[in-house]
Amino acid sequence: MIQAIVFFPLIGALIAGLLGRTIGHRTSEFITTGLLIVSAVLSWIVFVGFWFPAEAAAEAEGHATVMRVEVMRWITSGELDLRWILRVDTLTAIMLVVVTTVSSLVHVYSIGYMHEDPHRSRFFAYLSLFTFAMLMLVTADNFLQMFFGWEGVGLASYLLIGFWYTRPSANAAAMKAFVVNRVGDFGFALGIFGAFLILGHLDFDGAFHALPDYADTTFRFLSWDLHAMTVICLLLFMGAMGKSAQFLLHTWLPDAMEGPTPVSALIHAATMVTAGVFMVARLSPMFELSSVAMTVVLVIGAITAFFAATVGLVQNDIKRVIAYSTCSQLGYMFVALGAGAYSAGVFHLFTHAFFKALLFLGAGSVIHAMHHEQDMRNMGGLRKKIPITYWMMIIGTLALTGVGIPGLPLGFAGFFSKDSIIEAAYALNTQAGLLAFWMLVVAALFTSFYSWRLIHLTFHGSPRDAQHAATGPHPDPAHAAAETHHEPIDDDNADDHGHAHHHGSAYDNAHESPNVMLVPLYVLAVGAVLAGVVFYESFFGHAEHVVHFFAGSLVVDGELIDAAHHVPLWVKWSATFAMIIGFVTAWYMYIYRPQVPGRIAASNPGLYKFLLNKWYFDELYDRIFVRPTLAAGRALWRWFDDWLIDQSLVEGLGARVKDVTNRVVRLQSGYLYHYAFAMLIGIAALLTWAIAAGGLL
Amino acid sequence: MESDLTSFAALAPALPEVVLAIGALVLLLAGVLFSKDRYEGVAIAAVVLLVAVLGLVVFQPNVGQVFNGGFIEDAFSRYMKALVLGASALALVLSFNSARENGLNKFEFSILILLATLGMMMMVSANDLMSVYVGLELQSLSLYVIAAMRRDSAKATEAGLKYFVLGALSSGMLLYGASLIYGFTGHTQLDLIVGTIAEGERSVGLIFGMVFLLAGVAFKISAVPFHMWTPDVYEGAPTPVTAFFAAAPKVAAMALLIRLVTVSFGPITGDWQQIVIFLSIASMVLAAFAAIGQNNLKRLIAYSSIGHVGFALVGLSSGTETGVEGVAIYMAIYLTMTVGLFACILSLRTETGHVETITELAGLARTRPFAAGIMAVLMFSLVGLPPLAGFFAKWHVFLAAIEAQLFVLAVIGMLASAVSAFYYLRVVKTMYFDEPVIQFAPAPRELAIVMGASGFLIVTYFATVGHSLTNLAQAAAGSLF
Repeated sequence: MIQAIVFFPLIGALIAGLLGRTIGHRTSEFITTGLLIVSAVLSWIVFVGFWFPAEAAAEAEGHATVMRVEVMRWITSGELDLRWILRVDTLTAIMLVVVTTVSSLVHVYSIGYMHEDPHRSRFFAYLSLFTFAMLMLVTADNFLQMFFGWEGVGLASYLLIGFWYTRPSANAAAMKAFVVNRVGDFGFALGIFGAFLILGHLDFDGAFHALPDYADTTFRFLSWDLHAMTVICLLLFMGAMGKSAQFLLHTWLPDAMEGPTPVSALIHAATMVTAGVFMVARLSPMFELSSVAMTVVLVIGAITAFFAATVGLVQNDIKRVIAYSTCSQLGYMFVALGAGAYSAGVFHLFTHAFFKALLFLGAGSVIHAMHHEQDMRNMGGLRKKIPITYWMMIIGTLALTGVGIPGLPLGFAGFFSKDSIIEAAYALNTQAGLLAFWMLVVAALFTSFYSWRLIHLTFHGSPRDAQHAATGPHPDPAHAAAETHHEPIDDDNADDHGHAHHHGSAYDNAHESPNVMLVPLYVLAVGAVLAGVVFYESFFGHAEHVVHFFAGSLVVDGELIDAAHHVPLWVKWSATFAMIIGFVTAWYMYIYRPQVPGRIAASNPGLYKFLLNKWYFDELYDRIFVRPTLAAGRALWRWFDDWLIDQSLVEGLGARVKDVTNRVVRLQSGYLYHYAFAMLIGIAALLTWAIAAGGLL
Repeated sequence: MESDLTSFAALAPALPEVVLAIGALVLLLAGVLFSKDRYEGVAIAAVVLLVAVLGLVVFQPNVGQVFNGGFIEDAFSRYMKALVLGASALALVLSFNSARENGLNKFEFSILILLATLGMMMMVSANDLMSVYVGLELQSLSLYVIAAMRRDSAKATEAGLKYFVLGALSSGMLLYGASLIYGFTGHTQLDLIVGTIAEGERSVGLIFGMVFLLAGVAFKISAVPFHMWTPDVYEGAPTPVTAFFAAAPKVAAMALLIRLVTVSFGPITGDWQQIVIFLSIASMVLAAFAAIGQNNLKRLIAYSSIGHVGFALVGLSSGTETGVEGVAIYMAIYLTMTVGLFACILSLRTETGHVETITELAGLARTRPFAAGIMAVLMFSLVGLPPLAGFFAKWHVFLAAIEAQLFVLAVIGMLASAVSAFYYLRVVKTMYFDEPVIQFAPAPRELAIVMGASGFLIVTYFATVGHSLTNLAQAAAGSLF
């Protein structure tokens, strides 16, 4: 069964990828989607097995209940004996459900969304390939297998971001994602090497068993004695930062929105970007040994959550808003991990997958309806045109902003998981924890604001696209002024893939999406509503329930969970207040007084531009890394390769050989006496040499 | 001293030579007496005779000396004789199909090849300066005639004449050297000369004699600077004759050189080493550069063979048993490659004759993919790319040089090898990437078989024959030390 879950997507990818042209787009779509749905159903069966463990397993409480399926022996070299094992425990089961469910829904959705694309079978092959790699990652039983999946999802992500390869911006975004991820992967690989060096094991169980012996090991690097576990964990976390778009390595995620929207939903919201969270949770026994590393995770997570939320406030591209929201929510997850509440982080991962995929697919539905218009300034009033999408987006927004009543088991998915994290951060009772707590609360306020801003700009008010702009009020005059700043995504969403030219405005032609796109939205909406309330007890309820549920697949700190449950009341309500303030502000600024945002932006141009340009990170990296690298590359190319190697060494050498050849060939004159002369000269030289060198003179 | 000739059985070590000599004479008589279809019958009989003698050499080992020590049969001579006989037989086979248009459809051609082969076998087994000369001249005289056999061709005549005059000059040098050595040591027998050298001081006269002697042999293996005849003769002679020239005589002369330096000049290794190293470097470097300037295929092969002699001499330069072993392996692989290459060239015929220039090979991969494929394999092997046989040939000789600490020589050899890659690869490039210009007639079956066998051996060398060939070469080298 496990093999089926993991390898069905691969089979689908191979069929659609290699035979796509022969069997046709329709067949490819059905095969890949069908296989994934089967895989998703099997995953749920596995997951339910872990949710309601059998009696025998329940007795062995505290011990890891792990299913292992050996696929093959991979590497045998000396003492290294690596087997390719599919490992399924609670953590993996959760990820299996998330990945296969979202992936199958995205497959179904894509049938509708991509129906005009001439390369659909390639698209579905990539999607399935991605799913396979992601499943490989989450079922890994050792570091190397995890790295394989890790790189596999990176590859699939690259291919999918650049799927519309005729767009230069898509290619640039794909490259950016790949390169930035390499930075993280470099750290990740070093971390794996370090873990193997210190612990002597590549398989997780062996490594974790060896941990107590090496808890205080240090090693010398240059002249410092470094705490081995801290270094390893920080390196591993560097990998997580790259993959999960954490602060400093986040720049690729917003640009990755160049890919088709279902890709954004699957890879850049629900699954791949959470790989870093999964990895840290999986390796939680190692992180537990290093308080430094934990603090770094906590702080980086908090900064990301705050930073991304601020940038999200002013973005105009509907997908970018959600992208920054994803980035911010990933920060929440890392705060949970850094606080030691791994289960809360995984809980948020779980719920986030549903509501963020819902938001992305909803946004995709909007974009589809607006014929690939992504700028919210050109939308407005769409509620009447696409009511179902509107309500689905509302559910997603309610889940994202965390609507619920503290103290009662009533609320949307995000409410439970997000509040768990905020409470855990407060309960940690350290300076870093307190800092993270306040940053998360403020981020929650911002989250609420930009989410409702998105809803208001898109669905409420009156249409603002080209034809209606003259009559309708422009909500953000400053936005227009700010357009001088580069917004690559704005430039080319018009030259899309094969939409016939429509007469009339996009608004007039807006239409509700077909059922094949709406059904996945319904399923995700159910998840976004119920995932929190149903699973709260297992993930972050009573400590013994959580311990029981995870059964040793990650570290559960019972005391922390208890402390989180007993934080002061104002802490419990803080996130909810923040959410309400954000909602009211958004209503005030975009519905009640639509001219206010423009005025604020005009009176604070510095702050506005700072946020609009994403804290100038792209410009900064461009100066620090990109331009010097390009300059070095150009120098090496022009001077070293072109001039020194090619012109001087290679061509010069060739020319000298030619010279020598010309002279040598001239020796062969064809005259007999020349030949005889050469022989005599030769023998004379040989005689002289032999006698002189032999010391006989 | 009791004469060897008291009983016929005492001649056993020379049995192959005796059989070949009698066979050649019988065929000569037969050729003269029967007037119809003399060429083909005699040629086939000659091949059969060569193969039979090869069988004798391989399966009837009679080790020992005869003719008052003037003739020696040991593992080394058997190894080299086997190569010589095989190469001669194959050269004859290659000539069948195009004998008529090359003016070789006379029964004397086969007889001359038999006699030349007999001379080569004498050279390989010669253990006395006099038998060395006799063998050498028997071979050379036959070759002079063969080179000029096509009397109506100005080029062939010129080639034969040049070869003859220069050959005579080299024979003179050889004889002069031999007489000096006899004068300073008092012996002509190789294994007795060594005794005198080991006892006495080495004198200027002895070194003089040795240099002249080696120069005479260097002419036969066409080592630089005694190589000048090679390109002209290779180009001028009919292609089947060139195929013969490029293969068997090289092996015989190399065997003679090895026996001379290792057996009779063993005690003064340092002195002859200098000369061999000089010849080796000069041959490798000059050939590599000169070949780049050639467009004629046969001249290219001429320079290629000069270069390969240089590489083989790298092994001999070490003066050790491994070195000789390396040379023995090198010569066997060189033979295989040369025969295969000529089989390819001979199979590419138009109405006007064989392919002559590299430009004519353009686009061969499209018109004759099999021939082009074999030729490409051979070219890569001649460059010395692993895992082809040519790589192992070079590997053995360079290994010996490294073991003997001749690092400079090895490095120069490698660089020359790199330069030589250009002209081999240019042939491949012409065949595979240029537009076809000429249509060739289909290949005769026996050539296709030779090409296929050669290509097979080259490609699978390490897996098939490599091991046993190394063992044989080791035994051969062992019998000299």
